[in-house]
This record gives sequence, C-alpha cells and structure tokens, in this order.
Amino acid sequence: MIQDYLILSVILFCLGILGVITRRNVFSVFMSIELMLNAANLAFIAFSRLHESMDGHVLALMVMAVAAAEAALALAVVILLHKHKSKLDTNIFSLLKG
Amino acid sequence: MEHTVTYLGVIPLLPLIGAVVIGLLHMFTCKKTPLPEIFYGALACVGPVLSFLLALVVFFQLKGLPAEERFLTHNVFTWFAVGELHVDMGFLADPLSSLMLLFVTFIGSLIHIYSVGYMAGDENFGKFFSYLNLFLGSMLILVLGSGPVVMFVGWEGVGLCSYLLISFYSKETDNVLAGNKAFIVNRIGDLGFVLGMSFLFWAIGASGFDYLSLKANVASIPPGVGITVCLLLFIGACGKSAQIPLYVWLPDAMAGPTPVSALIHAATMVTAGVYMVARFSFLYAHYPVAGSVVAWVGILTALLAAIFGMFQKDIKKILAYSTVSQLGYMFAGVGVAAYSAGIFHVFTHAFFKALLFLGAGSVIYALHHEQDIWKMGGLKDKLPRTYWTMLVGAFALSGCPPFSGFFSKDEILFSALATGHTGIWLIGVLVAGMTAYYTFRMIFLVFHGKPRVQESFDHAHEPPAVMTVPLIILAVGALFAGFLNLPGIFGGNLNVSHWLAPSLSEHHPHVSVWLELLAIATSVVAFAIGITFAFKKFGEGATEPEFIGFAKIAYHKFYVDEIYNAVFVQPYKAFGSVISRFLEPNVTDSHVKVSVWLYQKAGTAFKVFQIGYVRVYAIYMVIGLSLMSLFLSQTIN
Repeated sequence: MIQDYLILSVILFCLGILGVITRRNVFSVFMSIELMLNAANLAFIAFSRLHESMDGHVLALMVMAVAAAEAALALAVVILLHKHKSKLDTNIFSLLKG
Repeated sequence: MEHTVTYLGVIPLLPLIGAVVIGLLHMFTCKKTPLPEIFYGALACVGPVLSFLLALVVFFQLKGLPAEERFLTHNVFTWFAVGELHVDMGFLADPLSSLMLLFVTFIGSLIHIYSVGYMAGDENFGKFFSYLNLFLGSMLILVLGSGPVVMFVGWEGVGLCSYLLISFYSKETDNVLAGNKAFIVNRIGDLGFVLGMSFLFWAIGASGFDYLSLKANVASIPPGVGITVCLLLFIGACGKSAQIPLYVWLPDAMAGPTPVSALIHAATMVTAGVYMVARFSFLYAHYPVAGSVVAWVGILTALLAAIFGMFQKDIKKILAYSTVSQLGYMFAGVGVAAYSAGIFHVFTHAFFKALLFLGAGSVIYALHHEQDIWKMGGLKDKLPRTYWTMLVGAFALSGCPPFSGFFSKDEILFSALATGHTGIWLIGVLVAGMTAYYTFRMIFLVFHGKPRVQESFDHAHEPPAVMTVPLIILAVGALFAGFLNLPGIFGGNLNVSHWLAPSLSEHHPHVSVWLELLAIATSVVAFAIGITFAFKKFGEGATEPEFIGFAKIAYHKFYVDEIYNAVFVQPYKAFGSVISRFLEPNVTDSHVKVSVWLYQKAGTAFKVFQIGYVRVYAIYMVIGLSLMSLFLSQTIN
C-alpha cells in the first residue's frame, strides 16, 4: 500500500529532475522544481498516514508555503532575466563558465 | 611568616592610573585646546606623592613587626598557571623592597615637581608626564614584584619608558637613535635575564616561583645550573645597569630631558640591576665565583667610566659616566657579597646623583640649553642655590666625609678589602681619586673662574622655586643620608644593614679595626689628591685644552662605539642584507612559490567542470546527492 505511493513519489521526483536537466526554457525548469517539491510532499503525506501522526502534514504545509514564497521570488527573477536578454533560454545565461 | 596586606598593589597602580588619565587627556586635547600645564603638573604629582605616603605606611608596618617576620605580601590574582608553572600577580614588601620603595617614590615625587618647572612651555608637556608616571609605576612593579616574572614585567616597563623618554625630543634624529640604542642594548641584557629565569624555573621552579619559595629551595639547585643562572641574570643586570660590555647606551641616553636623566638614568632604573643581584642574594651567596665575576666587571666598569669621565666636556656626559662608574662600585659591593653595602650605595647615590643631574638641569635651563662646560664659568654668584646644592652633591659623589657618598663607598671598599679582594680594593681607591678629580673639574669649570661666554652668562638667572626647592631637599638628603648607616668605628651601628639583613644572605666578616681605619684613610687621601689636582688645573680658570695622545683617545671613549659598530652592527646589517637579497628570494620564498604554482595548476584543471549551463550544475547536484544517499544507505545498514 505505502509502496505504491512512494513509487509514484519517486517517479514524479525523477520526472522533475529530468525536466530540470533537459528543459531549456526557464519556466519549464521552474515547473519541474515545483514537481520535485510536490513529489516530496506526497511522500510526507504517505508516511504521515502510515504512522498516523500529523508531523508529515505540518511539513507538507511548510513546503507549500516555501514553494509559494519561492515562486514569488523566482518569477521576479524570471522577469529580470527577460528584461536583460529578452529570451528565456537557460543556455544563454552562462556567465559562470570558467 | 608572612602577612597579607591589601594596599600593596595600590602603590604601583596609582602612578599607572595617572599615566593613563594624563595620556588620554593629552591625546584628546593637545590638537585643539591644550589644557593648562598646571593641571597636568598637579595631576602627575598626585600618584607619586600618594605612593610615597603608602610607602611610608608599608615601612612603619614592617618596622612594627619582629625582624624575621618582616614580609608583607599581596597576591592580587593568579596571572597564569600552566602545568608546574604557577605565577601570581603578587607583590612583596620586605626590608629590601621597602627601602627601594621609599627612595624611589620620594625621589620620583621630587623629580615630578622639578619637571613641572623644567618642562614648562614644552608642547608635549602632557605626554612627558604620562610617560614619567608610567615609568614610576613600572619601577614600583619591578621593586615590589613577588617573583622574577613580575619583576620582569616592571623590568620591561622601565625599559620601554626609558626608550620613550630618551627619544622624547623626537624631532632630532640623534635623539631617536640614542633611544633605539638604549632599547636594543637592553634587549641583549634582557635575553640573559629571560634565559636565567628559565634555567631557574627548570631547576627549582616547580614548587613555587616567587622569591620566598625560591629562597627555601635554593639548596637543591645543581651547582652548574646555579652558577649559569647567576651569570645569565648578571648579563641582564649589565644591560639595565650599564656595565661592561653593555654600558654604551647610558652616555647616549643623556639625549633625553634632564629630569629623565636624573630619575631614570641615575637614581632609579639603572640601579635595578644591583637590586636584582641583591634580590637574588640567596643564590649569589652560594656561588662566590659568580660573585667575583660580578665584582670584577663592576670595578673595571668603574675604572673605565672614570677615565672617560675625566675628559668629557658635556656636563651631562660627565655625570653619565660618573653614574656608570658608581654603578660599577655597587656591583663591586654586591659581588663581594656585601649586599647591604651595595644597596646602601644605591640609596645614597640616588640622592646625590639626582641632585647633581637636577643641578646640571638648572644650569642648562639658566644658560638656555648650553651643555658644554667649556662655555660656562663663574656661575657661582649668578646661581647661588644651584651652586651650593651641587657642591653638596659633588662632595657626596667624590666621597668626602661626612657626606653620604663617603660612608656608602667606604663600606663597599672596606668590604672588598675585608673579603680579600685586594685588587678590587686598590682599583676602587684609584677610581675614588679619579671621581673627586672629574667631579671638581666640572664644579670649577662651571661655577668658578671667569665666564667664558659673556653673553650667555649675562642672561643666566636662577630657575624658579619649583626647581630649586627639590634641589635643596635632595641636598639635605645627600648630606645626611650617610648617617643612616654609620659604621661602628664612628659610633653608629649600621642601621640600614641591620634593617636589610632579613632580606639578604650576607655575613659580615670580622676584621680588625686597623683594616677599617686603613680603608677609610686611603679613601680620604684619594679624595684629597683628586680634588687637589682638579683645583691646580681648573681652580683659577683654565682654557679648553687641545686633546692629544691619551686624552684624545679617552675623549673619544677608546673608540668603543666605533669598534662595536664595526664588529657587531655592520656585520649584522650585512648579514641581514645577505638574507634579504639572496637567502629569502631563492631559498625560503621557493616553498611559497611552489604552493602558489600548484594552486594555479589545480585551478586550471578544475576549470573544465565550470560549464556555465545551469542544468549541468543541476546534474552535479543530483550526482552528489545520489552518491551521498548511497553512502548513507550503505553505512546505516
């Protein structure tokens, strides 16, 4: 029973990672990160149900709040990136190249 | 048996507080609105005077105790405790330190008062008094410290103040160089002190490193170590008290203001070495060989400095060499195990030498900073108070009975004779004659005869009372201090020696009265011959002679400074430049250069991972986290 939830959570998480690694659009990367967060949330909730404790719920709510805050910040960054280069391709932001 | 009193630590603290307060006030006000001098002067004198009063309290409290219980202690706090080494910031007042305490605070207070007059109008008036207070505080720590480590704190403190005050007129390069010289030469001596202290700790320090514990355990030192400790400590004393071969800094130290010469380089700091040897008398008393070394170095220094003193023409240089010479006497005294005689000479010397320096200061002040005795003359009527007080000082210095110097010097010479050091006694008598000669050469040239430079003579005037009153007080001291330790032959009973006895490890040899009479008679004859020669040559006015032959060599101090420069300073400089030019760039720097090169290469190698694409960094993160998870899952199971 619990395994099913966890397998789903792992699948979602891996999809998220795949998205972050492969997608070039900033929005897609961002959405993939949200997917990873929610995969983690799913695992929390599942364990919470298993142990019949509210701790997992608290953490899931916490993650949601953090995700919302992060979204506000990330969107602002995205707007700035767009102003800077008028494109949202991650490949053109490579100032850290050694 | 010791008694604990809680005001002992306050004695050095008072001048130190004064130093900080005056220093801060001077620092924050000297640029904009300088405070009035009288304010600084009053503030500076408070600490020393209060310390003097407390010193009197200490003295009388000690006097009230039975002789063998005269030890007052005050452990303020544990300074540090590492392994076996346990050092308290503690103070000890016993008969020896209380005597030092009394005259240091007394003469210190007088010189503070005198300085208010002498330094008037100086732009760094506040700074001067801050340093002077700092000096007095350090000197009191040196004297009162309950163990060698605390003494060393004071020892370094007075060295620092000496440096600061020698180069006080820092606008002239020579003065600054003189300060440097004093500091560096003292450093050499301090190394000896530190090494001696370390050996002493290594030998017997484990069961307490203060004088009382050391004294109790002195018997368990291995003889070889003991004699090494004695000689190393004496090197320290040579530096601070200007003995051969480290005496060269003291004559140059006269570059400082005259009250500084009087306080630091005549009365107090330079006698610290003698005090230290007397303090460690429990150690020196075990090793007569080390004592003989001390005595011979001392008496040879006395001879050498007296020769130099006979040919100088700067009034302060004459007094400086005479100080070196008198310090030599003191070391001769403590060297032949007559510790109380040496300390008593420290005591009387402090009075008459401070008096002579302050008198010289008055003359210099009156003649607007003229120091060449060949440009003075006939000042007797112009500066009567200075003349009469300096005359007292001169008689005391040359050992004329019944002035103080006679009794103390005679005690040393007599002890040398009584302990069988006939050579030291003979040189000592010779030096006594030379002392009388050069002292009265100075007196006759400065005060008698006709003025040599009419213009400065006409402008000369007696300094204000703030300067002459300390002179008179010191003159009284120089005249009568000798009676405190009147030997039995004059109907006294050596009060000072008996007072000091509980602190010192000395035995008075029993010798015949005739030997004592012989010592006294020769001293008096030497004095008479010296003063007669001086009178014949300089009594009725003399003109500056051309120095030729021996006199020229002696005037140039046997070219010792030049020899030191050629033998030590220049090779050392050359050595330094070899290191900085060849050794450092090629040998020591190479390690640094190799590591720099390695880091550069490593950086280039790792550069390839910095792709710049954000998703590649994401891959790194995923790989890293995966590996970490893998590792954790492996270790947990």
